[in-house]
Amino acid sequence: MTDHKPLKIAIASGKGGTGKTLVATNLFHTLISNDIKTSLVDCDAEAPNAKLFFEGKLEKSFAVTQQVPVIDENLCTYCGKCYEYCHYNAIFILPPARVIKVIEDLCHGCGACTVACKFGAITEKPMPLGEVRRYALEGSQSLVESCMKTGVFSPVAVIKAGIKEAGNGQTVIMDAPPGTSCPFIQTVDRADFVVLVTEPTPFGLSDLRQSVETLKRMKKPCGVIVNRTGLGNHALYDFLEQEDIPLLMEIPFERNIAHTYAQGRKLKDLDPAWETRFLNLFEKIILENGNSHHKR
Amino acid sequence: MEIAIISGKGGTGKSSISAAFATLAEPVVLTDCDVDAANLYILFDPEHEEEESFVGGEKAVIDRELCTNCGICISYCAFEAISFSPEGVIISETACDGCHLCKRICPHGAIHMVDNDDSRLYTGSFRNGRMVYGRLAPGEENSGKLVNLVREKARKQSKAFGMETIIIDGPPGIGCPVISSITGVDQVVIVTEPSLSGLHDLERAADVSGSFGIQTRVIINKADLDEAMSDTIETWCRERGLAVVARIPFNPEVVEAMVNCKSISEWAPDSETSQILRETWKGILHGKS
Ligand code: SF4
Ligand code: SF4
Ligand code: SF4
Ligand code: SF4
Repeated sequence: MTDHKPLKIAIASGKGGTGKTLVATNLFHTLISNDIKTSLVDCDAEAPNAKLFFEGKLEKSFAVTQQVPVIDENLCTYCGKCYEYCHYNAIFILPPARVIKVIEDLCHGCGACTVACKFGAITEKPMPLGEVRRYALEGSQSLVESCMKTGVFSPVAVIKAGIKEAGNGQTVIMDAPPGTSCPFIQTVDRADFVVLVTEPTPFGLSDLRQSVETLKRMKKPCGVIVNRTGLGNHALYDFLEQEDIPLLMEIPFERNIAHTYAQGRKLKDLDPAWETRFLNLFEKIILENGNSHHKR
Repeated sequence: MEIAIISGKGGTGKSSISAAFATLAEPVVLTDCDVDAANLYILFDPEHEEEESFVGGEKAVIDRELCTNCGICISYCAFEAISFSPEGVIISETACDGCHLCKRICPHGAIHMVDNDDSRLYTGSFRNGRMVYGRLAPGEENSGKLVNLVREKARKQSKAFGMETIIIDGPPGIGCPVISSITGVDQVVIVTEPSLSGLHDLERAADVSGSFGIQTRVIINKADLDEAMSDTIETWCRERGLAVVARIPFNPEVVEAMVNCKSISEWAPDSETSQILRETWKGILHGKS
């Protein structure tokens, strides 16, 4: 294995269901069974399921919280300054009726209202957003899961806490959330290299274009894995060539693969050659990452 | 009648099923609420008659001329978006939440906010009715708000053109945009697939729609990839009082159809898949389960 400094690799896709978790879990499994110290972080906090593929003991879990304001009605003068400062309409105030309320679901925890209040009427309390769980697997390897509470405004804080929990000392694989909005950006922002998993179909290409555009703006190097080859058409490959994006790996469309994945098993159970393929993938990522030509 | 098609996660074939329904019915208003990655327009190539911009959020920007690098703003930003750099104090565009606090507290008036107005809302016609869809610029928040705008627009189209059925292709996940996509609809259809994660995602999606008390039906897509798992899902649904209205076999023709920019009902109307979908759609429209 090439010498390399610990690398943070995000496995992402414009959309869910393209095989992102398939790649993340198999790559992770391959690395740990080859004694490469690695952590897997499931950053898909809205629907984490990487854990389904591993046996692990819950080692640690903690709540991720956000500060929300608490208003002391005895101190409040109903001046409305906090309402004016809150950019998210999370404060409801009716001065004549002497009513003031915090709508916690809308609060982003920015702290502006606390700064605004000149009467010391606002303090803050923690509100749970979700949980980060760390599972110990074989050896000193671990799997970290970020899980958002239903109904919470944004998974970003929980994702960040999960990535932080994984630490810096070893290779980190991040199973990124779908889409190209905030949760995706916050995940790939912390990666050294981004692997985009896509399919050779018009939907796949459209999502890939959007992800590539975003990563370019963020100046993140990336490569592509094409999943379910054999279905679909060639337009995707033309796009990769035209944009000079490395093709890292192809996974054929086979019923067996879908079936193995659906059962929560790994591809090497199907064919041991997959382990070599995933090791090659890792080598390629290290190479591409060191290749400034592809740094965008 | 407004019908939202959702899935706990992407990739279950939700959009292909929405597309099939959209081309089976009487003229419909088709609404793509997956504003993060709208792609039904690829299949239907709608005529854009209206394009509106949407302000998804704001970002703070520092005016170098006025900033004294005092660093006060750094300690106030709850999102750790501001930091010292060799060029002076900087704001990370990706980390800024747009809360305005730094602008308010900067003693030198060196910070102002700029709008992100790259997001778009499109309205037009497609081959079986009207189509409304949103496109959120990368990294934008407020997708729930954009979904609301898209739905408002769809309702207006429904009135104006006398098309009673509104089909909503919802976003994946269970977050805010999904909630915006299903509030106030008449029916929710959850598309799932027979795998462990499929069941897991279905549970979460069902929790969300259940918490709104909306009539919810389930479609198991690619059901024959794992019949046993499909059975497990069906049992689980029965225990939860959810009707499984269809088990659709895996059919490569669905992808072929997509590559040719057609829905499966247009591409292979006589296939088993199309027949099942036709019956399912009838059931949904007539409120049978
Ligand atoms: S912390 Fe920020 S978002 Fe929350 S209520 Fe106060 S000003 Fe509004
Ligand atoms: S700023 Fe303070 S005193 Fe004024 S309305 Fe808000 S909580 Fe009350
Ligand atoms: S508070 Fe204002 S002057 Fe001070 S570092 Fe921030 S932007 Fe610059
Ligand atoms: S607007 Fe709010 S989030 Fe953005 S940099 Fe200023 S304080 Fe931080």
